[in-house]
Amino acid sequence: MNYNWNWGILFREPFLGFLISGVQTTLVLALTAWVLAFTLGSVLGVMRTLPNRGVSAVAAVYVEVFRGIPLLVWFFLWFFVVPELLPQTWGRWLKRDLPDPEFWTAVAALGLYTACRVAEQVRAGIQAIPRGQTMAAEASGMNRVQVYRYILLPLGYRRIVPVLTSEFMTIFKNSSLALTIGVMELTAQARQVESFTFQGFEAFTAATVLYVVITLTVTVIMRQVEQRTRIPGLLSAKGT
Amino acid sequence: MIEIDQIDKWYGAHQVLKSCSTAVAKGEVVVVCGPSGSGKSTLIKAVNGLEPIQGGRITVAGEVVGSTNLSRLRARIGMVFQSFELYPHRTVLDNVALAQMVVLKRSRADAVAKADGLLTRVGMIDHRMKFPGQLSGGQQQRVAIARALAMDPIAMLFDEPTSALDPEMINEVLDVMTELALEGMTMMVVTHEMGFARRVAHRVVFMDEGAIVEDRAKDAFFDHPDTDRARAFLSKILHH
Repeated sequence: MNYNWNWGILFREPFLGFLISGVQTTLVLALTAWVLAFTLGSVLGVMRTLPNRGVSAVAAVYVEVFRGIPLLVWFFLWFFVVPELLPQTWGRWLKRDLPDPEFWTAVAALGLYTACRVAEQVRAGIQAIPRGQTMAAEASGMNRVQVYRYILLPLGYRRIVPVLTSEFMTIFKNSSLALTIGVMELTAQARQVESFTFQGFEAFTAATVLYVVITLTVTVIMRQVEQRTRIPGLLSAKGT
Repeated sequence: MIEIDQIDKWYGAHQVLKSCSTAVAKGEVVVVCGPSGSGKSTLIKAVNGLEPIQGGRITVAGEVVGSTNLSRLRARIGMVFQSFELYPHRTVLDNVALAQMVVLKRSRADAVAKADGLLTRVGMIDHRMKFPGQLSGGQQQRVAIARALAMDPIAMLFDEPTSALDPEMINEVLDVMTELALEGMTMMVVTHEMGFARRVAHRVVFMDEGAIVEDRAKDAFFDHPDTDRARAFLSKILHH
């Protein structure tokens, strides 16, 4: 192979700047989408555990629709299709007046999709709690909101910290799909470095390393969360 | 205090409670016994609405156990479960203080003072900062009794409180219950501990196949059971 290695290119401007800005965009995009996914996913997950069939069905439909369609297709749907389906003034606002429409569309696509995965985990976490816990809380006069607030959610979230770790990591990796609608996140910036310099190996090696650093950081942070929320006297946060 | 009037309950086509009627007067201790699957636990859980009934009526302190007042009524009825059902993520102290604060709206200081008093009474004050998973079964059940008493209940329901305990721990729990009975607490106790029933109960309700077969004063029940089924049950449980 006749390839001119040049690792130095990565530390030269403007290419270093490209990569730094790519990391920033990836972080902001994934974290913003995660806030949306975690909040909405928690609400949907709780809805699925409520005795009211209608409420539970609404959440179930959401989950099935969102996880049944590939994430990449969601990016295209939200970016190209949805603005056309909305009332004209809303669509125009999305396409013309919303600052940074690619970024916010990516947040929506990534966040709304990941929400359905979080919802399933939250539901599983709550349903794994023995029924007696709910009975004990209800027997003491707690209403449904209090039972969730003080008993089911604290126990449910603890159970699912390990799977949430994996969802949290995945949202950083999935954010790379945003390049398809023009968000200049890490993968897009690596491509840009390559197209300017023809040093594709170096550019994508850099992107790879940066992704690994990000996901390892997530792992370390979530392990801290797991340890801090561990219940004394139980073998692991998974059991009750 | 507790009036159970011809209640029926089905699981699908299977009738688990068949027109059961009994009553517990203020200050009375009623033991409910019978073979497993006879409906004892279902009966006692119906008293505070944890098991909905399909026919008949239950009143506690003159109020019908229904859907509108359920939380308020439950707050006044203490309940102790077979498998303790302490909240694993809360300390012993918090377990006893939580419902006082969120249901009765007591201040933290008041709730803690009350909790400490009750924990002293059940001999668990030295363990107040431990978590349930760090306690033995007998210790957990004593905390569960303190948790129920913290709500200043007008009556206490015990659903097989010693069935999940190792034999050497049964007495520490029965001692607390005996003391409570001697102080005049209104109690309904599902148990196989016939020694406890003989010492403490005023009346014994014997159930079989979802029906109340005998409902008599303690001595009458133990000395001259009316029915063959009760005789057979007693001979099995007493002579071994």
